[in-house]
Amino acid sequence: MLKLEKISKTFNPGTINEKKALRGVSLTLEDGDFVTVIGGNGAGKSTLLNAVAGVWPIDEGTILIDDINLTPLPEHRRARYIGRVFQDPMMGTAADMWIEENMALSARRGERRTLKRGITAAEREGYRRALAGLGLGLEDRMTSKVGLLSGGQRQALTLLMASLKRPRLLLLDEHTAALDPKTAAKVLEATDRIVSQGNLTTIMITHNMKDAIAHGNRLIMMHEGQIILDIRGEEKRRLTVDALLRQFERVSGEEFASDQALLS
Amino acid sequence: MNITALINALPGACAQGLIWGIMAIGVYITYKVLDIADLTVDGTMCTGGAVCVMLMLGGVNVWVALLCAFIAGMLAGFITGILHTVMGIPAILAGILTQLALYSINLRILGSSNQAISVRKYPLLLSLLRVPQAALITALFIAALIAALYWFFGTELGCSLRATGCNMAMARAQGINTSFTRVLGLMLSNGIVALSSALFSQYQGFADINMGRGAIVIGLAAVIIGEVLFGRLFRNFALRLVAVVLGAVLYYLVIQVVLWLGLNTDDLKLLTALVVAVFLSVPHLKGRYFRKGAQTRA
Ligand SMILES: Nc1ncnc2c1ncn2[C@@H]1O[C@H](COP(=O)(O)OP(=O)(O)OP(=O)(O)O)[C@@H](O)[C@H]1O
Ligand SMILES: [Mg+2]
Repeated sequence: MLKLEKISKTFNPGTINEKKALRGVSLTLEDGDFVTVIGGNGAGKSTLLNAVAGVWPIDEGTILIDDINLTPLPEHRRARYIGRVFQDPMMGTAADMWIEENMALSARRGERRTLKRGITAAEREGYRRALAGLGLGLEDRMTSKVGLLSGGQRQALTLLMASLKRPRLLLLDEHTAALDPKTAAKVLEATDRIVSQGNLTTIMITHNMKDAIAHGNRLIMMHEGQIILDIRGEEKRRLTVDALLRQFERVSGEEFASDQALLS
Repeated sequence: MNITALINALPGACAQGLIWGIMAIGVYITYKVLDIADLTVDGTMCTGGAVCVMLMLGGVNVWVALLCAFIAGMLAGFITGILHTVMGIPAILAGILTQLALYSINLRILGSSNQAISVRKYPLLLSLLRVPQAALITALFIAALIAALYWFFGTELGCSLRATGCNMAMARAQGINTSFTRVLGLMLSNGIVALSSALFSQYQGFADINMGRGAIVIGLAAVIIGEVLFGRLFRNFALRLVAVVLGAVLYYLVIQVVLWLGLNTDDLKLLTALVVAVFLSVPHLKGRYFRKGAQTRA
């Protein structure tokens, strides 16, 4: 379904700030795969998702979704296939626009924007029901500006928006990292529900090893711009944090350096 | 100081404020909706008038001349938009480049630095010889313009423009081509400014190479005055545009009063710049010294 072939990205090439963020990463996802991604700070996790989303062009390699070559397409053209939630709750929504307007924007992801109404009465009803499903009471605040919502509410809304128009691929970049533990758990719960309801192919970055183990059917670990571990199926189900740390040390020859990951 | 002199001058100030209110609506679209400070308008505020006056002197129908002025303004906005999005030049600089280029172009259009057009010989829509009628016609233009913009910003395309100004990363993630929407917004804005310019040159009976100088600051002043005075009252988009127009009218009324109080005309631009600088810095200073004020962005 998603196929990454030897993709590489170097930031600031030829300067003292040169950073090889991705070094020939290859990855193939099957339809319905839910992959969690872990790795230390600067391992290239966000860079990998940004490469797929098309935030900037990659240096080498190809990106395919359903055998469609996305590599030459700009970000807004890839949006047709991809739903995203960012780490920063501010980033996924338009703060000065209403909740329902934000939803209407994402319901038209990948379509031509014409001079038709930006939101119709019929779709409003659908949004109300979808919001009620979140259980946050947002269905009664559809004409509130999104900027008035809390970080957790905004992330839940962004998640909902990313799935309103079924994406072929859902990209979640530490989308619960900025939230307090209770809210984070709620948003993760909503994530599981939305992913399984839509049977969405998903890549979720997390700093929390427990979450990475508890969610999804496949786990990959990144280190210095490469995928160094890829665990799936039965092996993934039996995985523990300890085993994961041991695996990491064996493969990378280093100790796992991220404090946040150990906090779990 | 003769109070009747002031009172006699006020209707004219209102009419002028209304015409510049159209210009301020153009500024609102770039500055508030798209979050771009577009300096092209200093040039377009002359281009529209130049095109309109020259066409009418050549015998073209007034409505066709207005339409051509609008299109000329859109072209100017298009150039700035392409410089900004395709060439990657920062928006402010792109606007300055187009504005500078327009100075030469405006001179070419006008053939000299000033072209007069007499209401006695040409069928002008408005003239300062008939102030009440000019104000009424301008008000009708404004009503039509606000209705059209209200409709447009409620469409899918209009919403994508608003999203672009609000959060570019989000807009792109939703599949919006933010280069296209920014170019479109700049075109729309400059078209409206050129329309205002065309009406203003008819009103004053001439087009002048310097008529757009400092226009962006006057436009910003109108936007800010409208927001400060009516921001809490007017939440609806159409009403916000009305507030901008009222801001422009108030600006010209205040100018009239300070002139009457004896201020030298030469010092006007200094005063305007000062006032706008103070109002622009208020949100920042508030956020800095009064923590709570930072949260409430009007
Ligand atoms: N736009 C950019 N410009 C320059 N360097 C970048 C850019 N984005 C990422 N980098 C660099 O690339 C490397 C990988 O960054 P990336 O954000 O992918 O890490 P990450 O695995 O997501 O880490 P974290 O857990 O801290 O989010 C880092 O060294 C980072 O500084
Ligand atoms: Mg990251």
